[in-house]
Amino acid sequence: MIKILFFAALRERLDCEQYLLSCDGNMLQVTDILQQLQSRCHSWQQELSRSDLLCALNQQLVPLTASVKDGDELAFFPPVTGG
Amino acid sequence: MSIFVAVQSDDFCVASEYNELRRQSGCGAIVTFSGLVRELSDNQLHSMTLEHYPGMTEQALTAIAEQAQQRWQLGAVHLIHRVGTLKPHEQIVFVGIASPHRAAAFAACEFIMDYLKNRAPLWKKEHTSNGDYWVEAKTSDQHALTRWD
Repeated sequence: MIKILFFAALRERLDCEQYLLSCDGNMLQVTDILQQLQSRCHSWQQELSRSDLLCALNQQLVPLTASVKDGDELAFFPPVTGG
Repeated sequence: MSIFVAVQSDDFCVASEYNELRRQSGCGAIVTFSGLVRELSDNQLHSMTLEHYPGMTEQALTAIAEQAQQRWQLGAVHLIHRVGTLKPHEQIVFVGIASPHRAAAFAACEFIMDYLKNRAPLWKKEHTSNGDYWVEAKTSDQHALTRWD
């Protein structure tokens, strides 16, 4: 199982804080996971196709080409605005 | 070199942080920065909510402080970021640098703020008279990073 978290404006627009995805032990790329999530509905398709989408794998920023395995924690969020 | 990082809802005391930094041996300069909730010009800001990614935020801030430590000779870095709901004029962020020399302290302080604004998973939502709005990331903040390349 892969735990997927959404934060801030993205969390609100998807109306989803956490999503569990079964991966059957397969190694996946973040882009594969995005495709699966995008296929859920039109708003997910739109929100998860944004060019400014950021991704963290096990709490480290990674490019969308990163590989994800069973047990990983993946997070998607908009550009950060702290400080 | 010591690094202190905190992500907290409680307020912080600049004087206490400063006094902690003064204790650093070999410290000849301290630079501190405080970021506050700013009032808006066009609509009334009632409050601001800071959301973060628990765990990752602390890791990201520590990594930024470590990067600064690798670039400059620093004695101590204190980095505090508040989360939760804050009113105008409340303190959001504190960066304190103790170093043997002022040039390193000034540079490290700016470096840490520039990276924090682009790398730390924190998001601001403004609650105004006209509604609630997520703050958009500024391209000027992204461009600020290029000076450290």
